[in-house]
Amino acid sequence: MESAVHLRVRQSSFPERFRASISPALVFLSPALVAITVFFFVPVLAAFLLSFTDFDIYSLGNFSYARFVGLRNYLLLLNDPLFWKSLKNTLYFVVIGGPLSVLVSLSAAMLINSRLVKWKSLFRLVYFAPVVTSLVAVAVVWRFLYHPRFGLFNAMLGWIGINPIDWLGDATWAMPAIILMAVWKNFGYNMIIFLAGLQNIPEYLYEAARMDGANGVQQFRRITLPMLAPTSLFVGVITMIGYFQLFAEPYVMTQGGPLNSTLSIILLMYQQGFRWWNMGYSAALAFILFAIVLLVTLVQLKLQPSREE
Amino acid sequence: MKSSLSKLVTAAVCGLLALALSACKSTSGSKAVIRFWALGAEGENIQRLVPEFERRNPGIRVDVQSIPWTAAHEKLLTAYAGNSTPDVCQLGNTWIPEFVVLNAIEPLGQWLDHSSIVRKENYFPGIYETNLIDTVLYGIPWYIDTRVLFFRKDILSAAGFPDGPKTWQEWTEACRRIKSTSDGGEKYAILLPTSEWAPPVILGLQTGAALLKDGATLGDFSGSDFRRAFQFYIDFFRSGFAPIGNTQVANIYQGFAEGFFSMYITGPWNIGEFSRRLPPEMQDKWMTAPMPAPEHDSPGVSLAGGSSLVVFRSSKNKSEAWRFIEYLSEPSQQIAFYKLTGDLPAHREAWKDSSLVGNPYVRAFFRQFERVKAPPKIPEWEQIAMKVQDYAEAASCAKMSVEEALAALDRDVNVMLEKRRYLMSRK
Repeated sequence: MESAVHLRVRQSSFPERFRASISPALVFLSPALVAITVFFFVPVLAAFLLSFTDFDIYSLGNFSYARFVGLRNYLLLLNDPLFWKSLKNTLYFVVIGGPLSVLVSLSAAMLINSRLVKWKSLFRLVYFAPVVTSLVAVAVVWRFLYHPRFGLFNAMLGWIGINPIDWLGDATWAMPAIILMAVWKNFGYNMIIFLAGLQNIPEYLYEAARMDGANGVQQFRRITLPMLAPTSLFVGVITMIGYFQLFAEPYVMTQGGPLNSTLSIILLMYQQGFRWWNMGYSAALAFILFAIVLLVTLVQLKLQPSREE
Repeated sequence: MKSSLSKLVTAAVCGLLALALSACKSTSGSKAVIRFWALGAEGENIQRLVPEFERRNPGIRVDVQSIPWTAAHEKLLTAYAGNSTPDVCQLGNTWIPEFVVLNAIEPLGQWLDHSSIVRKENYFPGIYETNLIDTVLYGIPWYIDTRVLFFRKDILSAAGFPDGPKTWQEWTEACRRIKSTSDGGEKYAILLPTSEWAPPVILGLQTGAALLKDGATLGDFSGSDFRRAFQFYIDFFRSGFAPIGNTQVANIYQGFAEGFFSMYITGPWNIGEFSRRLPPEMQDKWMTAPMPAPEHDSPGVSLAGGSSLVVFRSSKNKSEAWRFIEYLSEPSQQIAFYKLTGDLPAHREAWKDSSLVGNPYVRAFFRQFERVKAPPKIPEWEQIAMKVQDYAEAASCAKMSVEEALAALDRDVNVMLEKRRYLMSRK
């Protein structure tokens, strides 16, 4: 195979050095590059162009009915109260759910990593199981748990004398209910990453600290946290990006209701795009979300102190 | 390298072709297969009516696919975009204009001329109307739906209206009397959930409002007819006859049984729900009545709703598909379907059956169907209805005045209809 490649390359008119170093790499990468181009770059570019058109239900029937409208979709979006509502809901989910998820996964990782715990692999499996369970199945079970009259959560509240809450039917409680479920469903993944990070911290650091008389809290603050910094950054960024794309949970559990209290940006995008077929509008929404995520990620990277300092 | 890649591509193409061929084969066997998409509860129950059809038509097989209502609209549009629409489909009748714009469904007029079962005079005029786009018929009503007034018989009798109010004036008076009996405790006359667009739209249709103007390219919600209806609707909240906000009534059946409110505008599915969910001692204390009218010509207009059966243009088995529609429209099948689902039959002949005649709650619906009107038949209607709902909510909790809400509604609707105006000007 290699000789065949060289043979073909030699016949071409490119300089010797260039073809020797690039060509085989390109050939080996080409299947992946073709796939990424066809299934990622082209659609993204198409969506970007789409966001400057008014492609809608009429255009679906007759392509010539689509027009270039410049920034009209973006301007309409900024004047759409539903967009601001969905942005607020999504931020609520990211700001409360994201840190909560990271905290829970870090705590779970430390628990499992602790020398006092037996059956570590069993716990690892149990905590990771929700991540690989199908969301629809999870949602069905959680709908039972959240049931206003027969649900487990309200039964537990009843034992301590708190009135039942209509978890998914009340605009105030629907988002907390979604956050609770999402955190439970997702923390296992970050836990595994934190676990790997924890196991990479050399034991002699802790031994030295203990000899100097450092207690548990001090060890955590001075050794565990700094040593986990790169892992935390990775987990933080990935979780944030993932949580901005909140969709499946409200889609399956509440359809964005009640009173749009669980309408996320992606859910709005889906409704605009596939329910009403306002594709131009919906593509503009996607790029606004992209800009927001990019911005927040840059801020996160900026805030993270570099390791050399 | 190149040759092995091209081999791979060839193999992939062959594989796809083989798949496509086998897919074609399965539809073109000795039997014609009709793919029928039905939605929600209808999809679950229709299966029971299919064997009889297949027995009568040995050459046809019906392949029923049940699609949940919440995903139906998306699924149908993507099916159209992906060229995989079914032969026959159940379509909510407000969706018909959209699929006509897409040129996706077949005009059915030609079939009607040869049919003894599906005839114009067998259907309620207002319902039949919803299936006509520019005088062309695109759907056959399958089951029908409208909104009437559900009320507490005991409470309205005490207020002097044992059969429910007949006019807007009586309606307001009934509300006033019910409200005056609330001894300090919180109690209301009527429930108008602001998560429903139907009540303000029905009142608008009652006053003769067209809702849109200039060939449905501009909003006409600030026009005097709709303004009068909207003011009447908002007055229920301002006078304290209707509770404000949706969270007040967590469970409508409980609220109705407790007398927290005694009237509610809703549809036929709630006949079954009320019988199941209200406590036994409540069962002879509720009734249904046609909508009150603005003046003296009771009943007032209500919404023409329900589902129709349509044939997709891309279907290769159109005559078989029509035969299936005809079968489902037979009065005996319509009655059987009513018994399975509680869906009210579209064919008038079916209404003579004892199961419907003997049901007192259904009577109001029968009278109401004689006076139903369709909302504007344009693809944007559902989005407009959502906006009506948003502004009705804003005005109900006094966040906006009636004038402000209607002006803002017209402004939003005009933005939505911009494309329609452009297309109209092109023609």
